[in-house]
Amino acid sequence: MEATTEQKYTFKDFASDQEVRWCPGCDDYVILRSMQKALPEMGVKKEDVVFISGIGCSSRFPYYMNTYGMHTIHGRAPGIASGVKLANPNLSVWVMTGDGDAMAIGGNHFIHVLRRNIDLNIVLFNNEIYGLTKGQFSPTSLVGQKTKSSPYGNTQPPFSPGELALGAGARFFGRIAGNVPKDITQMMIDAHKFKGTSLIEVLQNCVIFNDGCFNDITDKNVKEDKQIFLEHGKPMIFGKNRDKGLVLNKLKLEVVTIGENGITQEDLLVHDAKEKDPTLHQMLVRLQYPVATGIIRSFEDVTLEEREDALTKQVKANSKFKKADDLFFSGETYTVK
Amino acid sequence: MISDKLKLQPEVLEAVVIRFVGDSGDGMQLTGTQFSDTSAMFGNDIATFPNYPSEIRAPQGSLYGVSGFQVHIGSIEVSTPGDNLDLLVAMNPAGLKTNLYAVKPGHTIIVDTDAFSKKNLEKAQYTSNPLEDGSLENYRIIQVDMTSLTKEALKDVEGLDNKSIARSKNMFALGMVYWMYGRSKDYTIDFFNKKFKNKPSVIEANTKVLNAGYFFAETLELIPNAYTISPAKMESGTYRIIMGNTATAWGFLAAAEKAGLELFLGSYPITPATDILHELVKHKHFGVKAFQAEDEIAGIASAIGASFAGDLAITTTSGPGLALKGEALGLAMIMELPLVVVNVQRGGPSTGLPTKTEQSDLLQAMYGRNGESPVIVIAASTPANCFNFAFEASRLALEHMTPVILLTDGYIANGSAPWKIKSVNDLPEIKTKLIKNPIENWYPYTRNEETLARNWAIPGMAGFEHRIGGLEKDSITGEVSQAPENHEKMTRIRAEKIKRVQNNIPSIKTEFAQSGDLLVIGWGGTYGSLHSAVKQINDEGYKNIGFAHFNYINPLPKNTEDILKKFKKIIVCELNDGQFAKILRINFEGYQFLQKNKIQGLPFGNNELIEEFKKLVD
Repeated sequence: MEATTEQKYTFKDFASDQEVRWCPGCDDYVILRSMQKALPEMGVKKEDVVFISGIGCSSRFPYYMNTYGMHTIHGRAPGIASGVKLANPNLSVWVMTGDGDAMAIGGNHFIHVLRRNIDLNIVLFNNEIYGLTKGQFSPTSLVGQKTKSSPYGNTQPPFSPGELALGAGARFFGRIAGNVPKDITQMMIDAHKFKGTSLIEVLQNCVIFNDGCFNDITDKNVKEDKQIFLEHGKPMIFGKNRDKGLVLNKLKLEVVTIGENGITQEDLLVHDAKEKDPTLHQMLVRLQYPVATGIIRSFEDVTLEEREDALTKQVKANSKFKKADDLFFSGETYTVK
Repeated sequence: MISDKLKLQPEVLEAVVIRFVGDSGDGMQLTGTQFSDTSAMFGNDIATFPNYPSEIRAPQGSLYGVSGFQVHIGSIEVSTPGDNLDLLVAMNPAGLKTNLYAVKPGHTIIVDTDAFSKKNLEKAQYTSNPLEDGSLENYRIIQVDMTSLTKEALKDVEGLDNKSIARSKNMFALGMVYWMYGRSKDYTIDFFNKKFKNKPSVIEANTKVLNAGYFFAETLELIPNAYTISPAKMESGTYRIIMGNTATAWGFLAAAEKAGLELFLGSYPITPATDILHELVKHKHFGVKAFQAEDEIAGIASAIGASFAGDLAITTTSGPGLALKGEALGLAMIMELPLVVVNVQRGGPSTGLPTKTEQSDLLQAMYGRNGESPVIVIAASTPANCFNFAFEASRLALEHMTPVILLTDGYIANGSAPWKIKSVNDLPEIKTKLIKNPIENWYPYTRNEETLARNWAIPGMAGFEHRIGGLEKDSITGEVSQAPENHEKMTRIRAEKIKRVQNNIPSIKTEFAQSGDLLVIGWGGTYGSLHSAVKQINDEGYKNIGFAHFNYINPLPKNTEDILKKFKKIIVCELNDGQFAKILRINFEGYQFLQKNKIQGLPFGNNELIEEFKKLVD
């Protein structure tokens, strides 16, 4: 998977000759460009990269990448990507998906791929709406949200992707706003380096059907006060003035202000993304204020391929069967003259 | 105790049919398998048919909980598990009640009298004890206190609980039948020693009970109604007994080795296909990657991914699973990736009859996808040739870059028969479409002019990076295209590609009469029943009946119409309501296709076929 050539790619090497057909102003352009910039930094050969998608706006992604790719069917990309990776563990495999693709029609595959921990990367474009079918509510749409299929307001409570993912056993979960390309690029590189299934949720604005859905947390003027950008090993601190932080009060996370009630930076929680126990990660994922972004969980665990590989080596070493004929002619055979 | 109302005259028969029946926990499958394997070792031709309920442990003694195993052994060629029984071994009243219909009048029934308690008789809905009320006087009943005798035989063996003791009574029955048909106990004793290597008390117990049954029969001088079943005349070679599902699994092992590819199976458990998964998971030593997915869809999805990445990729299922895989199968079809889908058919629709056989997924295999979506459809016809057709499905998928549906069914998948072992060296080459050298002006959908198959470039190959998907694509560049004429062109190319597979498959041959009054047509798992019926009727002097059995359904062999022309009448026999007949009607106008259909979850019986054929020619 690591490139051995001297050649250093630029983002242009990863752009295909296809005209990009997303709506002007869509965050998907940001994600695409972030990926094209991240790949040269990963040190992978172009021919070893595979993008797999399902159906939806996000799923057009593979056509725009000059790598191997498959634009498949609705919700099934995790299954297809699993097959690609198990067939050739040497590949860097990416699943590009959306909130409907991953959590509605593909919900079953989504939870199982996270449970198994195959070394592949999932980028979830969450815009809380169905775009390609023109504006119906999705599994992440809010209660009360008016959409084409909920004209009087959505009555179905949403999933929180991170909560679902951690519940399914995700080892790597990062959340990132759709308007910070450099941070997205870095998170993609980190996801690539992570051994195991990684999931990146991008809070992605849909300019047509759900414009401004994340403005109250991602807008330039408010983001520092409304988001806490987590970094492993660093105190949980946020705010324009870097004076707010998180502490644990009984079983709840609490926002405190440094300098008030005797609170100093030493009192704040320090982010441990590598902790096996996901309890605190779950609490961070659920936090409404501030909204946690950055890599919330990054716990390295044995991957499915590693387990399979170890078993295969062991079975091969102990087996008398080298060729199919050894099996066919083994055991209870008899001869007719 | 043997009823002596019927004085039995031993006769020399070429073949006998024996059925072992009992509760689903009584070990009838094991008993039957042991008897058939021993007979095969002796040199008989055999065919077997397990018939078990879909409940794993149905309530003891109930009518619907009866599990059976039928074996047909012969000194002649045996192509079906047989219809009517020469010997029924019934371990309880429910087994007797549900199977009595099949016993030939005057022939033998062995019963465990200990099991004929009031409670068990009630459960089997007997109002009086059939062993006492004279209702069985047309049969030769051998009454044995099998449970008591088993207990007696084991009284000195230490470390056995009552349950284990009761459970070994099937070996008492097996011992008796071994003596009756002059079979050696060695194979089974050997089996105990291997199977229970670490449980010496279990080996001792089973061996003791087997011997006890054997000597009990010897002491009573129990003679069967047919006692000579000499070894059959079979082609020389090395054989083994193989179950259809195992043969299917092994065919894929052979194909992967021959094609120089790794084998990937993506699958989800479903009756009666799961044994293929069970078999392939064992073979990590060959590098087989068997992936049990979260559902049927992920099963085929993972196989599509593995195919894209360059493996010989397969997925295995049964009818309901094929329905779930339909959309993904269409994707593999439009992407033109090699893939084999095995459908071990069972009774449908919906959940239907999971453990019973049927051929009712043919039209689903042909048409069960959205859009114009032709794929290759082939069918295996015997337990042993599941091997050949799994290999053949792989060969066609890889050489033509298309999904192939391989149809088998519960009957041949669970049935077993002698298989003349095929060495991988003796199998035909598989020429994959993998790109070996750089190609100028290459596009993903650059096609071979003759077969219309595209080339196969896989991730890791520099310079061939490409994107494929479920959207319609330009006929030259493979890029997404919604152009009206291009779509029509691509639709026709994909259909023509499948049609041209005709050039890569054998022609159909007629057995028995080559022309005449009646052509019997079948396909898939009914080969044994149809062949033996046509053979018998020919032996009776009806030399005007021919038989053609199809393994290749889509496309049909090129010469199909040539054989239709040669007969005055054509009858298509299927275990469904006429699906292959429909396909023939679409393809060959102007012929009248008569139908013989059976939709009971059971194979054809010999007599029902013969009767039908005679009516048409007399």
